[in-house]
Amino acid sequence: MTAGLTGNPPERTVKDMQSRRDQVMAAVIILPSVILLGIFVYGFIAQTVRVSMTDWGQEAAMVINPKITYVGMANYRELFTGFLNMRFRQDLTNMFFFTLLFVGFSLLVGLLLAVLIEQLVWGETFFRTVFLYPMSLSFVVTGTIWRWLLQPRGGINALPTLVGLPAGKFLWLTSREQTLTFDWSHIFHYLCLGVLIVSAAAAFSSWTGGDRRKLRARLAICAVLIGILASGILTRIKLLPFAEAHGFNKALWGVVIAAVWQMSGYTMALYLAGLRTIPDELREAARVDGASKFQVYRYVDFPLLGPITVSAVVILGHIALKIFDLIFAMAGPDHYPTSVPAITMFLKTFRGNELAVGSAIGVILLILVSLLIIPYLVTSFRAEER
Amino acid sequence: MKTSRWLKLIGLCGVVVLLFATVTSAAPQGELEIFSWWAGDEGPALEALIAMYEEKYPDVTVINATVTGGAGVNAKAVLKTRMLGGDPPDTFQVHAGQELIGTWVVANRMEDLTWLYEEEGWMEVFPADLLDLLSTDEGIWSVPVNIHRSNVLYYIPDNLARWGVEVPKTWDEFLEIAPKLEAQGIIPLSLGENWTAIHLWECVALSVLGPEKYGQLWDGALSWKSPEVIEVWELFGKILEYTNPDAPSLSWQQATDMVVNGQAAFNIMGDWASGYMTTTLKLEPVTGYGWAPAPGTEGVFIMLSDSFGLPVGCRNRENAIAWLRMLGSLEGQDTFNPLKGSIAPRIDSDLSKYNAYLQSAANDWRTNKIVGSLAHGVVANERFMNDFATVMDIFLASKNAEAAANAAEAVAIQSGIGR
Repeated sequence: MTAGLTGNPPERTVKDMQSRRDQVMAAVIILPSVILLGIFVYGFIAQTVRVSMTDWGQEAAMVINPKITYVGMANYRELFTGFLNMRFRQDLTNMFFFTLLFVGFSLLVGLLLAVLIEQLVWGETFFRTVFLYPMSLSFVVTGTIWRWLLQPRGGINALPTLVGLPAGKFLWLTSREQTLTFDWSHIFHYLCLGVLIVSAAAAFSSWTGGDRRKLRARLAICAVLIGILASGILTRIKLLPFAEAHGFNKALWGVVIAAVWQMSGYTMALYLAGLRTIPDELREAARVDGASKFQVYRYVDFPLLGPITVSAVVILGHIALKIFDLIFAMAGPDHYPTSVPAITMFLKTFRGNELAVGSAIGVILLILVSLLIIPYLVTSFRAEER
Repeated sequence: MKTSRWLKLIGLCGVVVLLFATVTSAAPQGELEIFSWWAGDEGPALEALIAMYEEKYPDVTVINATVTGGAGVNAKAVLKTRMLGGDPPDTFQVHAGQELIGTWVVANRMEDLTWLYEEEGWMEVFPADLLDLLSTDEGIWSVPVNIHRSNVLYYIPDNLARWGVEVPKTWDEFLEIAPKLEAQGIIPLSLGENWTAIHLWECVALSVLGPEKYGQLWDGALSWKSPEVIEVWELFGKILEYTNPDAPSLSWQQATDMVVNGQAAFNIMGDWASGYMTTTLKLEPVTGYGWAPAPGTEGVFIMLSDSFGLPVGCRNRENAIAWLRMLGSLEGQDTFNPLKGSIAPRIDSDLSKYNAYLQSAANDWRTNKIVGSLAHGVVANERFMNDFATVMDIFLASKNAEAAANAAEAVAIQSGIGR
């Protein structure tokens, strides 16, 4: 066939024409969705970015032709350093802790459930459905149910009284206690510390993996970061003229519990599917080598679940960053200890009429989600190309 | 010239259309879209009004566009998108006062209703204090359909007798009896989520400042950093020590329930709590539950009101005007309010249609000094209210009066209070 092609020019032009027609057809077919996406996604992102750099939201924001002036990055500067935007900064802190705890516990509980269900001799479908079911509820429903369960004078706190113990005293959603507090002015210091921990973990993994070149590079990064931290340059930056404490609000536990309850079934399903794809020969081989049950999981199953963990982290992570409905239903709009940027964005835009500030918060959220998703997309595209 | 003849023709057409419009206005027809957040308990009162309207104007189809939830938070968001998108409803529910003025009137989105007030003789039947709160120098902007009172203290008379305490007339008296109640394991004052704290704050502010200075807070004559206002925050902080620790997780109904169940002695709430206790909990006014003005606010009526306005460029203007006429009429107000559990803004309403609580509220309405509520949108614009909720939540966590006063001052400047 190929030999015939090379020696036959007219047939090639037919082929060429066909492929060109295919290309045109393909372009025509995807054109509508490209245009729609271009307008309704990217166009609106551009519009939001544009609005976020204006002062729209002063007096008479709702006028038919509002007087809007360009103010550059002023809204962003206000959000991170302005006296009145303390709430937004606590929102960011809340979001950080919520994301960490929600993703961490969802993975853990999901993995645990998947392993337990895999051990089951009977009733697997039943339990799988039971644990997956919460995911079919909307966050608003989950939030309302858990709001009742976490009432300080009932629900979970009343459980111990059933067996004669004193009732629980923890103020789940309403606690105003804060731990792990830090001064917002030192935020760069803590960000640097975070990067250091991540790169140290990366260095450790390349050490166990035996990749000397990467190890050296990563250790070098760690050394530089330690140098910066030790020099104390970052603590000398003054973002605010006063000390402003932010930290982990204990009230977030209630939200984390509800969110984990809802989403751990999903990670369970992911892990269960992953465990099914691992060929039994591998486990057999390990067992023949004398590995215990635990060792089979530790050295055979878990490492092979790595890619699933990565996609679960990305999916759960972006849910956590954008969370709004669950907290709105559980704690209401004006509950500072559990507030997140999405709620403040909604209130600033639609209650306070500060459309520009709302847009700025939206853009910040978009950037945070992209930081999570873009590296994932890039690596998976590269993997596909290979 | 040819063009002038064309102009004449167009002008003539315009005149004909206008004539036609005035003719049709005599008998409204078409549609009327009413936008509100009244559903659930408040649904029947609105439906009674709609039924009355349909009876009067059988040719008009009424569209009841309700967006429920969140004390109007959701409805306001939907309304804003519709207005920005050039699709205003024919008339919409809005808290009378700055919530309407600060958002929609300054944006030139509302029609001045002074002519309607004059035509219907409303200048005489609504109290002057109320008209002040509804108007700017440019006009009167909405028709109030009901009046609620915000500074009401609720209690159960039998319980107070059992615990051996009297109803406090001032906050000093309250702070005296509060430890006695606590010693008996009773929470002196029950409180709910964030906005109920703002509601309590305005009652405390009125008692410390008095009606005159309270009013000055809103026209910019009194600084938020002045010693008197700091005193408000300090007293407010002391009162908070005698409230329930789980307040943020409670709705206002649950806070009222605490009083009814005997877990708490007092609760300060708007008088919709009377409706809740009378209708839902089946308690008899006076014997089943008692009320008094919030401590230190006797003789002053903090009011809030739901009202309807006329948006510029609505599709069925004549029908909307007919609706507004009906809302302001004696018949309309005396149909709606007994069902809603509120009183009529008109001072000539027929009190025999109202229950014991509402009759006492109506008497106060006619004799007391009237000021506007902060928590319910009468005296401050939406931007101030939005940021003040944050100031409040920071104060609830830190209890720092000075910091709260500074933050409130900054919010007042940024949102243009008194400008």
